[in-house]
Amino acid sequence: MTAATPSMRPRLSTIEAAWVIARRDFVAVLFSRAFLFFLLGPLFPVIVGGLAGSIGGQVQREAVSVEVGLAMSAADNAALIAARERLAPGLGGALPVLRPVGEAAANPGFDARAFMEARRGNYAAIVTGTLAAPELVGTPGQAARWRGPVALLAASAANAESIAFPPVRTNLVATSAASERATRIQTAQVAQMLLFLLTMLLAGMVLSNLVEEKANKIIEILAAAIPMDAVFMGKLFAMLGVSFIGIGVWGAAAWGLWAAGGAAITQVTGFDLANLPPPAVGWPLFGLLAVVYFAMAYLLLGALFLTIGAMANTVREVQTLSMPVTMLQLMVFFLAAYTINHPGSGVELAAITFPLSSPFAMLARAALEPTLWTHALALAWQALAVLVLVKGGSLLFRKRVMKSGGAGRARSPRWRKPTQATAAAN
Amino acid sequence: MAVSEQFVSGNRAARGDCGAATACDPRPLAIEATGLVKSFDGTRAVDGVDIAVPEGAIYGVLGPNGAGKTTTLRMLLGIIDPDVGVRRVFGHDRPHDIGRLIGYLPEERGLYPSMKCVEAIAFMGALRGLPLKEGRRRAEELLERHGLAHAASRQIRQLSKGMAQTVQLLGTLVHRPRLVVLDEPFSGLDAINQGKLELLIRALADDGVTVIFSTHVIHHAERLCEGVAIIAGGKVPYAGSVEAARDRIPAQVRLETRAREGAWLAALPQDTRRNGDFFQFALPESGVEPLLRQLIEGEAGILSLSIERAGLHDAFVAIAGEAAARQLAADSEGERA
Repeated sequence: MTAATPSMRPRLSTIEAAWVIARRDFVAVLFSRAFLFFLLGPLFPVIVGGLAGSIGGQVQREAVSVEVGLAMSAADNAALIAARERLAPGLGGALPVLRPVGEAAANPGFDARAFMEARRGNYAAIVTGTLAAPELVGTPGQAARWRGPVALLAASAANAESIAFPPVRTNLVATSAASERATRIQTAQVAQMLLFLLTMLLAGMVLSNLVEEKANKIIEILAAAIPMDAVFMGKLFAMLGVSFIGIGVWGAAAWGLWAAGGAAITQVTGFDLANLPPPAVGWPLFGLLAVVYFAMAYLLLGALFLTIGAMANTVREVQTLSMPVTMLQLMVFFLAAYTINHPGSGVELAAITFPLSSPFAMLARAALEPTLWTHALALAWQALAVLVLVKGGSLLFRKRVMKSGGAGRARSPRWRKPTQATAAAN
Repeated sequence: MAVSEQFVSGNRAARGDCGAATACDPRPLAIEATGLVKSFDGTRAVDGVDIAVPEGAIYGVLGPNGAGKTTTLRMLLGIIDPDVGVRRVFGHDRPHDIGRLIGYLPEERGLYPSMKCVEAIAFMGALRGLPLKEGRRRAEELLERHGLAHAASRQIRQLSKGMAQTVQLLGTLVHRPRLVVLDEPFSGLDAINQGKLELLIRALADDGVTVIFSTHVIHHAERLCEGVAIIAGGKVPYAGSVEAARDRIPAQVRLETRAREGAWLAALPQDTRRNGDFFQFALPESGVEPLLRQLIEGEAGILSLSIERAGLHDAFVAIAGEAAARQLAADSEGERA
C-alpha cells in the first residue's frame, strides 16, 4: 500500500488540479437531469412569448382598424377609392384602407357622428361631405392621423387627370457616416443585451455549486488535496464549458427556428436578422470577441457568485447574498448600455475600466469602432481581474469557512451547552 | 491545572523521556509542528500546539470534542494556515506541495452522491495526482480486497453509511500515501468495522505509512498508538509516547487482607485509599518487596495483591485534568449511543 508510483510528482500544478475539478464538474453537470431542464428552460418563455406575441398582434390588428369609411356620394366614394389605388404603390401604409359605409348608401340622411358614437362598424373614421369639402368624423387621434391622407386622396380624386407623377431617379450610396453609426448602435445594443442575458442566465449555475459541495461535505477533501484557488478555477471553467454547451444548444435551436420560420418572425416582429448592420470590426472578429467577452463576463460574475456560494451554507442564504450582486450587475449593464451613445466619454472609460462592466462596454465598442488594440488591453485587464477575484474568493473561503469541525457542533445541544471557545475550536 | 503543569508542554515533554515517538527516536519526522496558534473571531481555538510524529508511527491526537483536534489537523494539512507557529510535513512548510504523499479522511464524511464507487475512489486519487485510469484499476482492487466488489458500480447514494465510509477511506488510500491523517475515523462505525479499521491502520503502519488520527475514545489510541498528543482547551499538555504517558502515573497496588486491624496498617503508604475490602495505593518507590515483608510479619493475612500499571485514561486524567476527562468520557458515551 505504501509504495508511491515513482513517476508521479509530489503535487499537481494549479492548472492540473483545476483540470481535475473541472473535468468532474463538467461531466457531472452535463449528464444530470437538472441540466436538461436547464437547457429546456429558456425555450418555454420563448414559446410562450411567441404565442402571446402572435395572439397579441392578432388582437391588436383586429382591435385597431385602419379602415376609413366613406359616406359621400357614390361617385365621390368611387373617385376616392380610385385615387387610393393610384397613390398606394408610392405611399403604401401611409394611406388608409377605404371602404364605403353600407348603412350610408341606403340612407340619404345618414348621420356619421351618431353612427360612430353608437360604436357601430369598425371604422377608424368616416369621411362625409364632398371631394371639394370633405369632412372627417372620428376621435381626435384618428382625425389627426387621417386628415392629411384624406386631403391628399380628395385632392388627387378631384384632379385625377391633371396630376402627373414624375418618375424619381434614385442614386444610391452604401451608407453615410451618420447612418453607419446609427445602424451599428443597433448591433451594439443587441449584442450587449444578448451578452447580459446569457451571462445572468448561465452564471447563476455557479451560485449553488459550492453550497452543494459543502452540503455533501466534500469541500474539505478538495481543500486538503489541492489549493482552493484551483478548486475555484476548476469550477468556474467547468461551468463555462457547460455554458458554451448551453449556448450551442440554444444557438442551434434559434438557428433552426429562424430557418423554419424566419420570414414569419420578421413579419410579426419587424426584426430581420439579415438587416442587422455589420459591426465595425466585421462579423467574424465580432463573433470571436463576443465569445471571449462572454467568457470574461461569465468568469468575473462567476467568481463573485462562487465566493458568495462558498460563504453560504444553504441555497436560501445564497439567494439572499446574491441579490446585491444581481442588482450591481443590472446597474453595470445600464452603465455599459449608456456608453453606447457616449463614446470617448469619461463614463465609457469608467465602464471599460470597471471589470464587471468592461466586457459589455468593449463588446459595444467592437460594434462601433474598428480599433483592435484596445480589445487586447481590455481582455488582459479582465483576465487579471478574474485572477484577483478567484484568489480573493479562495482566501476568503480559507479564512472564513474552514474554521469549525462537526463534532462539537453536532453534539453540543445534547451533551453540553456550547461555549464560544468550543464552537470555534472544533 | 496543577497536575498538567508538571508536564512540560507538548513536544518538549516528549523530547525528555526518550520513549517511542520522541526526539530520541532515530526515525525522521513525518510531521513537526511548533507553537501552532489559531484564533477564530477573537477566540483562540488552538493555543501553542507542538507535535512531532516520526515516520512510520501510529500517532493519536486525543481530546474531547471542541478541544481543537480538527483545527490542529487542518493546520498540519495546510487546509488553514496557523496565525503563529511553524508546521512541516516531510520537511515541507506547505503541505500542498507534497499533496501526493498525504491522504486525509475528514471527520465529516463526504462523497458525491451520484458518483459510482469506483469513480469516487478514482476521483479522490486524481486529486492527489493519480491518473484516472490507474485510479479506477486500483479502486476495483481495493474494493475487492475490502469485500465491496459488488458495490463497485453502485452510486454512493445507494450505499449504507458504513459502506460509504469505507469507500471514502479507500479513496484516502488509493494513491498510496506515506502519511495518512484520519479525523475521528472510528466515529459512526459499529464495533466490527471499528475492529477492521484498527487492523487496516496497523497494516498501514506495517507498510511504513505514518498514520495520525484524532479520537475522543481513549481505547483506540491506547491499542493502536505509539505516540499521542493530548489536547485540551486548545493546548497540548502532553505529547509523546503512550508508554511515557502511562509511566507518569505510578503503578497502583491493590491489596486484600484477612485481618482488618493491626500494626501492619502503619506499613501502608500515606496515600492509601480503602475501597471495601481492598486497599489501594501507589507502588512505593522502594518496590513492593519491603512492604510484603512487613505485611507478612504483621500477620495481615494477604488474600490477594496485584500491581496494575496505569492506563492511558489515568494518564489523561492526570495530564488534562478531571474536567477534560469527564468531557472525553461523555463524548465517548455519546459516540456509542
